[in-house]
Amino acid sequence: MNTIVAVAKKDLRIEWRTRTLLARVVPFALLVLVLFAVALDSEALLLRAAAGLVWMAMLFSTMLVVQRAFDIETSDAAMDSLLACTAQPSRVFYGKALSLFVQLFALAAVLVTAAVVLYGASVNGNRVVLLVTVVVTATGGLATVGTLYGAVVANMTGRDSLLPLLALPVLAPLLIAASRATEAAFGSQTIDLANGWAWVGVLVVYAIVFGSAGAAAFSPLTESDS
Amino acid sequence: MTVSSTGTPTTRVIGGLALLITGWVVVSAFFITPADSVQGDSVRIMYAHVPTAWIAYLAFVTTAIASGFSVARRHRTLGFDRVAGASAEVGVLFMAMTLITGSLWGRLTWGTFWQWDPRLTTTLFLFVTYVGYLAVRRIDTDPRQRASRSSVIALLAVLEIPLVHFSVVLWRSLHQEASVLNTDGDVRLDGLMLFTLFSGVVAFTLIFVWLVIHRQRLTTLSDLERVVGLDAAITARRAENSAGVTA
Repeated sequence: MNTIVAVAKKDLRIEWRTRTLLARVVPFALLVLVLFAVALDSEALLLRAAAGLVWMAMLFSTMLVVQRAFDIETSDAAMDSLLACTAQPSRVFYGKALSLFVQLFALAAVLVTAAVVLYGASVNGNRVVLLVTVVVTATGGLATVGTLYGAVVANMTGRDSLLPLLALPVLAPLLIAASRATEAAFGSQTIDLANGWAWVGVLVVYAIVFGSAGAAAFSPLTESDS
Repeated sequence: MTVSSTGTPTTRVIGGLALLITGWVVVSAFFITPADSVQGDSVRIMYAHVPTAWIAYLAFVTTAIASGFSVARRHRTLGFDRVAGASAEVGVLFMAMTLITGSLWGRLTWGTFWQWDPRLTTTLFLFVTYVGYLAVRRIDTDPRQRASRSSVIALLAVLEIPLVHFSVVLWRSLHQEASVLNTDGDVRLDGLMLFTLFSGVVAFTLIFVWLVIHRQRLTTLSDLERVVGLDAAITARRAENSAGVTA
């Protein structure tokens, strides 16, 4: 557990000192939301699409954050020294996933707020509980899949374009589930609250599956590249 | 050692049989079998569509199993990895054909090229997933490293596909819009139609086996060429060097 927290702290400290998330990713994600609004050009359509657009922007931003999380490891072969310090590579995996989770959660909070402000989405009463649960579980899935595929493409030539190509199809179930559940939380006409909670179940299963698969695959993935 | 062909008597027999049966399927599908009472002539697309879909799934299962063996043997022998890669390549090709023939058939029967039906959507995601797998295989790197990277991706795809399928099924069943048309594509087949379809599956399976054997041998040769080519280059440089010293 200490190792996990230490790795996460290290990543978050690097992030805090360089402020990549704040300076580049958050503006990028907000820009995506603004561009969607311009492209759709209809307030009714925007309100209907708000949940899906928030999670699309999250998926794109995740690619950037993951890229960054592994660039700091590969640049000085830092990953090798990191793995040499710990007995279990799976702890490094969970540590990096935890740091990604914290960053993506902050980003999700900004984007949901932006959806309320820009798209007119509204959340009230017990729907807030659903929304928070959705954001936590979906961000958990994004963090584990992101860490896993970040490790897959780390050290590869052309990894900038390979990461989205490999990771986005895998994230499709998460996009479907998170969008539908968020729609329910935004009080959409098409999905009621109970169905929203059913989608949260899917998100939980998804995060657990990729959390364990990632921990298992992390060791062979990082070994082969050294 | 020069190799001019990857063919052997076995592959020639398989190839010849595949040609023969494909010939029969073409003749039967276009001229002998009757048009369907509901779908008319568009049913003839099925004789190509169903076998290509079957081969695509067979190919991806082969890739998954071969990757599993490759991991289990710790990539000591690259044979399994080459079969996995060859099979995925053929699978992507056949899945593209499935999607194209399927959407042509859908245009004639449903009136649209595409329906967001669970089976179609999952197939599309499967297709994109293996395109990504092939992109990773194309990176010019040491064959052993290629084997370990691509096997992990292939095994993760096995994990991903049921999740995609499940979520898409759930998505469509919760969706409250009425379906545009009756999407029930089941066809009542008479004996000859069924036999033609079955022949198509056999023909395409033979083509698949033939392609995978050849592709796998080609990968072996190009892996070999990396090693031999490097040795030859080193020998050539050494020869140059010693010639320079004596001169």
